[in-house]
Amino acid sequence: MRLMEWIKPKFWNHYDAPEGPFRLLFNFPRIWKLAVLLTSGVTLLPLFAMAVIDYSVSKEAIHSELFFRTTRLVSNSRRTLTYYLAERHAALDYVVGANSLEQLLDATRLEYILYNLQRSFQGFVDLGVIDQEGIQQAYVGPYQLQGVDYSREEWFREVMEKGVYLSDVFLGVRHEPHIVIAVRHPMPEGRFYVVRTTLDTARIAGLLLEVEVTGAGDAFLINRDGILQTRSRHHGNVLEKVALPVPSYSEKSEVMEYTTPDGRELVLGYAFIKDSPFILMITKQKTDLMRVWRERQWKLLVFLTISIAGAMLVIVGVSTYLVTQVYEADVRRVAALHQIEHANKMASIGRLAAGVAHEINNPLAIINEKAGLIKDLFTFRKMYAEDRKLMGLVDSIVTSVDRCATITRRLLSFARHVGGDSKVQRLRVGEIIEEVLGFLQKEADYRSIDVSVEVADNVPEVECDRGRLQQILLNIVNNAFAAMSDGGHLGVRVHRAGPDRISIAVSDDGCGIPEGDLHRIFEPFFSTKTQKGGTGLGLSITYSLVKEMGGDIDVKSVQGQGTTFTIMLPLKSKSTGA
Amino acid sequence: MGERILLIDDEVDFLETLSERMRTRGMDVTTSTSAEEALAKVEEQSFDAVVLDLMMPGMDGLQALKIMKEKKPELQIILLTGHATVQKGVEAIKLGASEFLEKPANIEVLTEKIKKAQAQKMILVEKQAEEKIKRIMTDKPW
Repeated sequence: MRLMEWIKPKFWNHYDAPEGPFRLLFNFPRIWKLAVLLTSGVTLLPLFAMAVIDYSVSKEAIHSELFFRTTRLVSNSRRTLTYYLAERHAALDYVVGANSLEQLLDATRLEYILYNLQRSFQGFVDLGVIDQEGIQQAYVGPYQLQGVDYSREEWFREVMEKGVYLSDVFLGVRHEPHIVIAVRHPMPEGRFYVVRTTLDTARIAGLLLEVEVTGAGDAFLINRDGILQTRSRHHGNVLEKVALPVPSYSEKSEVMEYTTPDGRELVLGYAFIKDSPFILMITKQKTDLMRVWRERQWKLLVFLTISIAGAMLVIVGVSTYLVTQVYEADVRRVAALHQIEHANKMASIGRLAAGVAHEINNPLAIINEKAGLIKDLFTFRKMYAEDRKLMGLVDSIVTSVDRCATITRRLLSFARHVGGDSKVQRLRVGEIIEEVLGFLQKEADYRSIDVSVEVADNVPEVECDRGRLQQILLNIVNNAFAAMSDGGHLGVRVHRAGPDRISIAVSDDGCGIPEGDLHRIFEPFFSTKTQKGGTGLGLSITYSLVKEMGGDIDVKSVQGQGTTFTIMLPLKSKSTGA
Repeated sequence: MGERILLIDDEVDFLETLSERMRTRGMDVTTSTSAEEALAKVEEQSFDAVVLDLMMPGMDGLQALKIMKEKKPELQIILLTGHATVQKGVEAIKLGASEFLEKPANIEVLTEKIKKAQAQKMILVEKQAEEKIKRIMTDKPW
């Protein structure tokens, strides 16, 4: 609350005159708002636009690059896998082609072939020769499968039809994932036999593991039912159902985005491996991949925020400064107008007073002389001389004329002092105070206000303009009278305050000034007496008069206990030199 | 013996009343309601003091004061006016007025000033006479 008060520029809560020549020229809060809005708009909008454009462009770029890289990775991996499987297939083809059925049925020979295969190509586990009826005629490998009947097996039917068969992955006896490749070899007269081998998929899994997938990625095979064919890092073990959708068939490598049910965003690349039930899948955590970009964006955002904050600070600061300057100039202008108007008003009042006083003096002189003549006549004629009542009446006329003369003289003296140029002379402050209090003596008597004046002995004469000092004191004493209830006490104390100044303290025990108003009472048009005809000008004029004399005015007030105005005046007028 | 006074004011009421009061105090008062008339009277007769108003229609008091002083430098002139300003007062004194009073003035004060003026005039006249005698004494070859 206090901080707000402190931060708030002066013009914010300025109370402007509703209309008339003393209105401020501008609505300062509005100007300030407009300035801040426009400058910040012009400055910040391009900044924002750049940031937004950069964001979307770079996001687009990183996205397409991500897709492109994934596609390439999928394509490469597919090629490797296809090649790997084709190689095994070709090797088997070669074995079948290079050996006659007799040679293949020879167990020693078969074992030798398997040994060679295992040596040249990894992954071959066993080798079997199956005749047209599905009976395994020869077998080398870790199991006793000689003579097993395969005629009812699905794969056997398929190899009979297509000539080649590649199985899904299954767990062998050793609980290792395996696949089976079987090749049909035709013989004359429509006969054929089938060579079947089991491949250890550890090698395939190894190949996939070698694929370097960034972004906490994963590379694995699934079959068309979505069953994992190799172990994956994040999506389950072999033969488990993968929690990803099985993509629809496509010849090319494809990339798509997928959001898992638990909210992770994945980039999903896949490719169908030709002549096999396998689908190669490569997944990447999108958030992981975007992290670098996000970090960069974050840095940019921080930079943007700091720039905006800086720009706003400068904009608000500069606007506030400029508007405050304009405001102060305007306030000074209005104050000057007040001064001029007030001076004009006082000058007119002065002229009026002088005119009235002069014109009244002549008839007063006549009344005076007539009354005097009556008195003279009475004095010289014995018949009236004894009439005390008549003499009393005449005396009272003369006294009244004297009173009127005093009033006209005072009016003339007032007229001489107000509105005129500043005439600096040496004055006794005590005398001026008595003069001013003389104006208000009647009111003080009626309201039984106790007035006390204390002038310290060491107070020297002061160089200043009599009329202005009178006006200052009159304003303050008048205010004090207005604040006091009947029977109050007014004290005026004058003492020396330092080598070159005196202080005049006017204190009353009136209603006091609320603390919130204290700093505003010298502002023009600040008035609590507007309902009672106050203009709110008195103290502001007093203030400017004191300042003009090179003095200072200060106020201390406790609500309900009274107010003290202290006027500090220099002993030497500063305007004498000017 | 009464002082010979010339009273000049455009307000007939004031003029008559004041002159009557002064006469009752044993003064020999001549009145005049305009400066022009007064100037003629000053030419004809000799006065101990002239009481002059400042603001008058036609020639005003200050002008009249100037002309009178030129004609008879020994003339004692008291200004009595309702339009008393410091400026006018200073001007009048510079032009040779011996007193400056504000209307309405107390008759006693006025009388006193007139007496003073008369005394002053006596001194001046005596001085003039002395000079005259001296001149005669030195001029004539005895």
